[in-house]
Amino acid sequence: MDVILFLIFAIIAVVCAVNVVVQTHPISSAISLIGVMGSLAVLYLLLGAEFLAMAQIIVYAGAVMVLFIFVIMLLNAGTEAKRGRSLTAQLLGLPLLIAFLALASYFSQRFYPGGAAVHFGAFKGGTAQNIGMALFTQYLLPFEVTSALILIAIVGAVVLARKEL
Amino acid sequence: MNFFLLSVLKAAVVAFVLLTTLAYLQWVERKVIAHIQVRMGPYRVGPHGLLQPLADVIKLITKEDLIPPHVNKFVYLLAPFLAVTMALISISVIPFGTEISIFGNTTWMQLTDLNVGLLFILAVSSMGVYGIALAGWSSNNKYSLLGGLRSSAQMISYELPLSIAIASPLLLVNTLSLREIVQAQTGSILHWNILRLPAPQIISFFVFLIAGFAETNRVPFDLPEAENELVAGFHTEYSSMKFAAFFMAEYANMVTVSCMTAILFLGGWQPLFSPAWGSNYVPTAIFVIAGLIAISHGLNPARRLDRITLPITGVVFLLVGAVFLMPAVQSALIPLFWFAAKAGAILFLYIWIRGTLPRFRYDQLMNFAWKVLFPVALANLLVTGLIVALT
Amino acid sequence: MTSGPPLAWYLILSAVLFALGVAGFLFRKSIITIFMSIELMLNAVNLSFVAFSYQLKQVNGHIFAFFVMVVAAAEAAVGLAIILTVFKNRETLNVDQVNSMKY
Repeated sequence: MDVILFLIFAIIAVVCAVNVVVQTHPISSAISLIGVMGSLAVLYLLLGAEFLAMAQIIVYAGAVMVLFIFVIMLLNAGTEAKRGRSLTAQLLGLPLLIAFLALASYFSQRFYPGGAAVHFGAFKGGTAQNIGMALFTQYLLPFEVTSALILIAIVGAVVLARKEL
Repeated sequence: MNFFLLSVLKAAVVAFVLLTTLAYLQWVERKVIAHIQVRMGPYRVGPHGLLQPLADVIKLITKEDLIPPHVNKFVYLLAPFLAVTMALISISVIPFGTEISIFGNTTWMQLTDLNVGLLFILAVSSMGVYGIALAGWSSNNKYSLLGGLRSSAQMISYELPLSIAIASPLLLVNTLSLREIVQAQTGSILHWNILRLPAPQIISFFVFLIAGFAETNRVPFDLPEAENELVAGFHTEYSSMKFAAFFMAEYANMVTVSCMTAILFLGGWQPLFSPAWGSNYVPTAIFVIAGLIAISHGLNPARRLDRITLPITGVVFLLVGAVFLMPAVQSALIPLFWFAAKAGAILFLYIWIRGTLPRFRYDQLMNFAWKVLFPVALANLLVTGLIVALT
Repeated sequence: MTSGPPLAWYLILSAVLFALGVAGFLFRKSIITIFMSIELMLNAVNLSFVAFSYQLKQVNGHIFAFFVMVVAAAEAAVGLAIILTVFKNRETLNVDQVNSMKY
């Protein structure tokens, strides 16, 4: 059951990621990226990270990607122009990439074989309470620093994007 | 297998009830707004217009399904699908009542109790923005684009006060699971989150309600889809079933926000006062009174048709009141009654406000979100946190 | 059943997504698509963090992934504001054409 769920959502993630890179119109890339983030959220759920999965949907898929879509709509970004590609790249690119990835996975499987089997519900330490405890005791300084970072980002975005009247 | 079958059964029942509720919510809205405006509302199709939703569904299904030229077909067809899916999914974590036992299996009246259930509802409502933004963009129509952008900007702006207003009662109940939030409010009305000492959540109740109105694009925040402003905004170019999908999504979002208000602030399926003081007889009392009023009006009715319909309504109410007295179903029906009463009261508030208030202009709307509602919600969260920490 | 896919599969998926992100970053010309490939890379790294947090049975990986998410959101906000400004001045979203400071 875990294997089937992982395979379904991994295949969706990879297909959507390929779509992000391959599609010419930015809106199609953006919608595919939302698909990637959704399937990654399900994979986080399988790995026991329920708070992070919901945070992924709320923050990434629900806010950051909306921002992307707004900008694409405001700038009226159209399809990219085609450009010439060399024959070598077209013929050899994809097979070489797959061969490289296969070699990398084989060698990593062989030399670091200690991976645990991922079973849904085996890791119960990803609840909001655990994350809250760690965030407010051990990682308090990075937490406060990121709040300053977000403030800087807000001010920067407002200053950069305003109309010069 | 038992668990699987039970879940499928529960899902089927909840889906059926939800879809019927959505259809009849539209009937209730039209009737209530009509009576606020001193007219009758739907009256002809079936007794008192009760078959009007059926007529509307038949009309929408059989209408010509038109795709305008020069639209981005994939996104045009994806948008209503996203809107309605996200709107309907959020019903799956709402607790309707306590534990019941059907045919020997005990189960809760809730499809699933995620331990991050509240975040799930927030996540799904953030995804609902896409249906509107993509619908506005893909229609190849400047009014749709403006309506879509304005509506999505409004929805994401009001998500902030909404989330912060949700965080305040969470400080009191210490859990994200919706079932446990309701269970933490046992007792009487004094234990509901809205009136709970040490920190009564009245301000966050109002902030949540206002932000909920804006999230669902309802009056007074419905400028992006108003007919006389933007030619119906983002759903201008949609006809028949796709328009029905947006319509259903809006009502489903209304139902979700009402249920969330009932759960977070009004005690979910908990009764108004404890059963030791007789709260088990309140549903029966209400239905019996309603039935007697209906029958007494039926004896000298204002219209000829009411000589038949009003007494029938009265008898139906009396029968329902009697059902609430049967001890076999009492433990299941009474929490359900309280939950439905609270969610129904908030839905009535929605419809009442639609019939009463004018709409905000767009800059007033955004001003209100960022300069008034967000600081108020934040201040309320800080004060609540301070009070909880000091006690 | 207590078995599931080995953790290595999650790491391979993370590597594949990262490689696709790098490919998009190098080969696309529209600045917005390049930005989206960066977000794809950040997501792949998040998956890696969460997978290792499962392996070591600690919550620290989740915290790191959380911080990566926050920084990515801040970066997206500022980056898109910069893109808007560049578009206002150069009227193009093609990175090859923003080259007036080239030798």
